[in-house]
Amino acid sequence: MPSVRFRLNGAEMDVDADPDRSLLDILRGPLGMTGPHFGCGAGECGACNVIIGDRAVAACDTPLWSVADKDITTPEGLGTAERPHPLQRAFIAEQALQCGYCVSGILMSAAALLMRNPAPSGQEVKQALDANLCRCGSHNRMVRAVLRAADEMAAR
Amino acid sequence: MNPQTPSPPPAKLPLSLAANPKLSSWLKFSAQGQVTVTPGKVEIGQGIVTALAQIAADELDVDISRLQMVRASTATSPNEGVTSGSLSVQQSGRALRHVCAEVRQIFLGLASERLGVGIDALAIEDGTISGPGNVRTSYWELAGDIRLDRDATPDATAKLATRRAQAGNSIQRIDIPDKVFARPRFIHDCALPGMLHGRVLRPVNSRAKLTELSEERTRAIAGLVAVVRDGSFAGVVSETEHGAEAALAGLRKGATWSDGEPLPDESDLSAFLKTQPSELTIIDDRTPSAAHAKTRTIRRQYSRPYIAHASIAPSCAMAQWNGDRVHVWTHSQGVYLLRADLALVLRLAVENITVEHMEGAGCYGHNAADDVALDAVLLAKAAGGRPVRVMWSREDEMSHAPFGAAMAIEIEAGLDAEGEVVDWRHSVWSNGHAARPGRAAQPALLAAFELANPFPRMISSDPPQANGGGADRNSVPLYDFPSWRIESHRLKTMPVRTSALRTLGAQGNVFAIESFLDEIAAERHEDPVAFRLRHLRDERAKDVIRAAAKRAKWRPDKQRGVGHGIGFARYKNTGAYCAAVAEIEGEKDIRVRKLTLAVDVGEAINPDGVINQIEGGAIQATSWVLKERVRFDRQRITSTNWTDYPILRFSEVPEVEVEVIQRAELDPVGAGEAAHGPVTAAIANAVFDCLGVRVRDLPITRDSLIAAMELGS
Ligand code: FES
Ligand code: FES
Repeated sequence: MPSVRFRLNGAEMDVDADPDRSLLDILRGPLGMTGPHFGCGAGECGACNVIIGDRAVAACDTPLWSVADKDITTPEGLGTAERPHPLQRAFIAEQALQCGYCVSGILMSAAALLMRNPAPSGQEVKQALDANLCRCGSHNRMVRAVLRAADEMAAR
Repeated sequence: MNPQTPSPPPAKLPLSLAANPKLSSWLKFSAQGQVTVTPGKVEIGQGIVTALAQIAADELDVDISRLQMVRASTATSPNEGVTSGSLSVQQSGRALRHVCAEVRQIFLGLASERLGVGIDALAIEDGTISGPGNVRTSYWELAGDIRLDRDATPDATAKLATRRAQAGNSIQRIDIPDKVFARPRFIHDCALPGMLHGRVLRPVNSRAKLTELSEERTRAIAGLVAVVRDGSFAGVVSETEHGAEAALAGLRKGATWSDGEPLPDESDLSAFLKTQPSELTIIDDRTPSAAHAKTRTIRRQYSRPYIAHASIAPSCAMAQWNGDRVHVWTHSQGVYLLRADLALVLRLAVENITVEHMEGAGCYGHNAADDVALDAVLLAKAAGGRPVRVMWSREDEMSHAPFGAAMAIEIEAGLDAEGEVVDWRHSVWSNGHAARPGRAAQPALLAAFELANPFPRMISSDPPQANGGGADRNSVPLYDFPSWRIESHRLKTMPVRTSALRTLGAQGNVFAIESFLDEIAAERHEDPVAFRLRHLRDERAKDVIRAAAKRAKWRPDKQRGVGHGIGFARYKNTGAYCAAVAEIEGEKDIRVRKLTLAVDVGEAINPDGVINQIEGGAIQATSWVLKERVRFDRQRITSTNWTDYPILRFSEVPEVEVEVIQRAELDPVGAGEAAHGPVTAAIANAVFDCLGVRVRDLPITRDSLIAAMELGS
């Protein structure tokens, strides 16, 4: 089977698998990463979002072959409790979730937005998160948290 | 902290505690300075476990970081029935507070003996007990000598609300860091050693039977461990998740199904509901104390469609057999209730079954969590003792899980010459709103209906009125009308599977009552807020209406293309009070710009948590009102993905402002379901204010606006 090389959270990866399998399947399966969540498997909910380059994309809708030589960040690569990403700090400070199942994908969309646009407006945040669904109704807190993270990053 | 002045002793044990009186079934102390708390309630994504931790920390006077909150399990936890948003804090909180108060006294008693100091002279701070003359001991030092395997007594006295340190303060939820740092916490992300993956084959057409199954294609798939079939129940077990998906796809190709059973006509649900065989219950009857001269009668009909739970994660469970014993991991709302149903299906003693809770995605009622648990148990039988994790597909989640029941509601008001209401009649037609497991002599789990030797399909019933009722929930108005008759018609057929979804019938009933009131007020040219206040006796009710109105600067000046509306309810007529003001803009499409709410949940233990839940409820209700409707043709549910069952998106979400009226002296009630009814009505009333159109059939979409306009012209 052909192998596909890419960088995952900064580490070189070499995956031997059917190149048509979805990235989500590879991440959650053989690579054992549970940060990206399964919600629909059809690119409709954003729970599985990861960052490729500087874009948040649905991993369930991304075939393995298409990520050859790309830089991939999953929620695990965003930050840790010891060294949190400003978004993670802000989501805790704002208590910006209910169940939190959607949150890992939303953090990915938000992080990609801040890479491209470090000072977004509330409207821009909503646009950037529009492909992410949240069933618990935590949207407004999440938008506030993203704006808070942007402020914190600007102040540094 | 100083010794506390006790509040007066409760007359008897709190409900949950009376059922599980052993103190040790709630709390354990370690010499290492830890308290293990084992509540029977489960985290369903609303921060309940944090609220319980706050209560325990307060009553015991220990830092919250010393508490280990253990997930509910039939092996270790008290049986607290089902966890549903509104009752959890109330029931479990009361019981836990009582237990902690009693345990605290037990410790103080022993400390007093050891230290030779009267109990009243002792104080506790973070588990350290000290008294005059610098004498001290601690929970941890005494833990070995304290026996908690005894029953709670009714006379333990909890602290006064004003002496509590934690409750009333917003503190950070204990589950949030894991979720933000992507540490496995959801059942979907937790793999047991040696775990296999299972998938179940479900029919596309409603209740179709599996007539033939060729396993040929499936057998060839790498990693396959087993194909399981029992009647119309069929599934696969594989070494990998990917393999399980592939095997299922193969199985689907090899399956032949019968036609299934017909579904109702989606385009006229009210007609369907009103013509089915049903059982009539008179919910309430109030006869007038004086004769009132009715000069005319107006009648309106309202409806709401079937609504899907549509959690972001499909339901998931794990199971592992060991001989004739099985261990189940589930995000069910009730571990004991699920166990009871599993025992019925498996014809096994409950002692042979352990059901343990793990977190799933947001739970808004009786979804497929219990169904998938049985699926996992059945598939795991073929796994040779290895654990199997089963997850449903998005499509199955949207079509096979129970839905919130559709409702038709008719209200008729008799008005006198001044246009005052003298007489009121409210009738509901609906399937029952509860078909939860563990409550009947027959199981409520999907696979149980599919086995070769099947159990009969359960037809939903309604919880008793004393528990808030089902279809009739909130059907009795809080307004002081001189006479009324409230009746509920529960369907005895159930072509579309229904069970508990947030608020049960309350959303529909509050929508109907509050829309109708608005209509009567408008006819009288009376301000809708004033009209409501004039008909309410309960000051707490009036307070939330006044607070919401004030915050929303009621009544804002009329602007073209913008409308404002109000809605109010006390959830279940015994729970949280909530008033909502909606500001919408709309011409062809309706956009909710802002929701302003005031809520009274009694004591708000974690006020930020209450706001979070109200906000969430308000946004979810907005989604129900503007978008949601389960779609079907005569054969099958067709809204099986997010395109066909859209929910509110970030760009469509209104601004939400919440005011919490804190009443520390009153027992807490839940906040999770308080906002749905009021928000629904407020939006509908704002649509009328904006466009002069009454939409009486939910959801309020472009199509329903056009239909309502045509009806009006
Ligand atoms: S799981 Fe990938 S978008 Fe829903
Ligand atoms: S917090 Fe539950 S789905 Fe977003």
